[in-house]
Amino acid sequence: MSTITGIAASSGVAIAKAYKLATPDLSFEKKKVDDAEAEVKRLNEALEVSKKELEIIKENARKTLGDEHAEIFSAHLLVLGDPELVNPIQDKIKTDLVNAESALDETANMFIDMFKAMDNEYMRERAADIQDVTKRVMAHLLNVSFPDPALIDEEVVVIAEDLTPSDTAQLNKQFVKGFTTNIGGRTSHSAIMARSLEIPAVVGTKTITEDVKENDIVIVDGIDGQVIVNPSNEEITQYEQKQADFEKQKEIWAQLKDEPTVSSDGSHVELVANIGTPDDVAGIINNGGEGVGLYRTEFLYMGKSELPTEDEQFEAYKSVLEQMGDKPVVVRTLDIGGDKELSYLDLPKEMNPFLGFRAIRLCLERDDIFRVQLRALLRASTYGNLKIMFPMIATLDEFREAKGLLLEEKENLQNDGVTVSDDIEVGIMVEIPSTAVIARQFAKEVDFFSIGTNDLIQYTMAADRMNERVSYLYQPYHPAILNLVNNVIEAAHAEGKWAGMCGEMAGDSIAIPILLGLGLDEFSMSATSILPARTQIKDLSKEELATYKEQLLSMSTASEVEAFVREKTNQ
Amino acid sequence: MAAEKTVTITDSTGVHARPATVLVNKAGSFSSDVTVEYNGKSVNLKSIMGVMSLGIPKDAKIKLVAKGSDEQEAIDAIYDVIKQEGLGE
Repeated sequence: MSTITGIAASSGVAIAKAYKLATPDLSFEKKKVDDAEAEVKRLNEALEVSKKELEIIKENARKTLGDEHAEIFSAHLLVLGDPELVNPIQDKIKTDLVNAESALDETANMFIDMFKAMDNEYMRERAADIQDVTKRVMAHLLNVSFPDPALIDEEVVVIAEDLTPSDTAQLNKQFVKGFTTNIGGRTSHSAIMARSLEIPAVVGTKTITEDVKENDIVIVDGIDGQVIVNPSNEEITQYEQKQADFEKQKEIWAQLKDEPTVSSDGSHVELVANIGTPDDVAGIINNGGEGVGLYRTEFLYMGKSELPTEDEQFEAYKSVLEQMGDKPVVVRTLDIGGDKELSYLDLPKEMNPFLGFRAIRLCLERDDIFRVQLRALLRASTYGNLKIMFPMIATLDEFREAKGLLLEEKENLQNDGVTVSDDIEVGIMVEIPSTAVIARQFAKEVDFFSIGTNDLIQYTMAADRMNERVSYLYQPYHPAILNLVNNVIEAAHAEGKWAGMCGEMAGDSIAIPILLGLGLDEFSMSATSILPARTQIKDLSKEELATYKEQLLSMSTASEVEAFVREKTNQ
Repeated sequence: MAAEKTVTITDSTGVHARPATVLVNKAGSFSSDVTVEYNGKSVNLKSIMGVMSLGIPKDAKIKLVAKGSDEQEAIDAIYDVIKQEGLGE
């Protein structure tokens, strides 16, 4: 047995067989064959098995990702049945008397090179499709399995380098008991998805794909960020106990599900959740969330070949608003560009994507895209309690321009006889230090602030949060961050507005007492963090915490802050 | 003899994956040989890679040719699909 330490990304304990979601070793030897017919038969069998698997993957994609994504696999299936691909491979086996592996490899590479050489980005991407399908056939020729989340049909722990949005969307909770990855942190996509799916996960292990072999027994301890490979019987018993304790703890939390969030001295704050799709709303309701604090609309735009239509967006927004009833739903307009790419927008590569053409910067230049989203939001506004916020606002001019477009589209819709709510609050994300510094000026014009700590920290500390070598600078408790946060909250309150926080910090047990003391009104976090946070706040006195404010803001280091909070709150 | 039809592509993104898939599936349901010509190149319309390798853009004029026992039905059915998909006219 061995223990690997990573980052605890989603609470809970999972014990199951390993399923490695990684491309297997597909190396082969070019060999001469005597019996060409037998070799062709072997090829055809591999093609058939691959087609059957792709049918399953396609159906699963249709259910979990929608028709459009499933079409990709229809194209893959056609490639496998394509006479222009299959005939040359068969011919090569027969005339050159070579094994199926080398005939497949050489023929497929010819096509891949041809597609790659085309002067059209879209066609170059098709080279990847051919690569994907031929890999699957190659795996079957070599008698190794080619994994896919859709093919999992027994209880497993998934082991991967990283999980993409389409991987996580296809994970079936019935079979996937937990997962662990080489890369990623608390705020990476895979970690956020694990919490939304409520399955235990440990990310950022660096080496897990090397440490684990197919069918090893693996324990994923998402509470303490440990992965145990091939545990002893004693360890299994010990972790089964930990799992049971965690379930018991969850039951205690669940008692507060329908209660408001009130501190020990009677102050109410709002605990809301971050979501990515309408399907995530169920998780908020199950965890007693008081609304949606951050609806990331990017998922509507990702994993597609073209922009989502106004109607498509309208249906998604309407669904979330209706499910939440009269509870607030804060929708963040499109935050794309930089590291989150959309192939169909053909954006140029940038040296510093996080400092580049993204989010509101892109939306203001491409108002053709932005207006479609604003119209969809405005049309959906009558179905619930909608609030809109713009991401990455650096100047008041940007906010004014974005709000101007919103009002223009509102008027256009009303002229067309469409009813639009008159009570839509319009606010901004505070992620850029310049905005936090002059929050007082912003507060006069915006209806609310939502502090996006993941980005605010990376911009304030000048540390790329994707770069593990500078990850020590990701310091949520750094006094500089606390001063900026305090500035935003005070500015909001001075103008009678509210201030919220979306970002991992809002659900952190050290940050919560600090933020409560600073007077934060709304805490937006992963749905599964809500009940633990409510339980914690119930025992905290806001009045007492407020008295520590000046002391905390004048501290010198993050560790000083952390030690102080731990002492005062017995953690 | 062969059945033919010239079509102008009107879809803003040209013949991309989804409609190409539909065309190939449709062509595959006939016994005739079906080809598509564009830019001096002719490829098998029953081959997804052949069709995609043409990289047919918006405003392209393409020629569909079918030879075989059901050539006219094949051309008619494929043309119907092109119109239904809003791909061209």
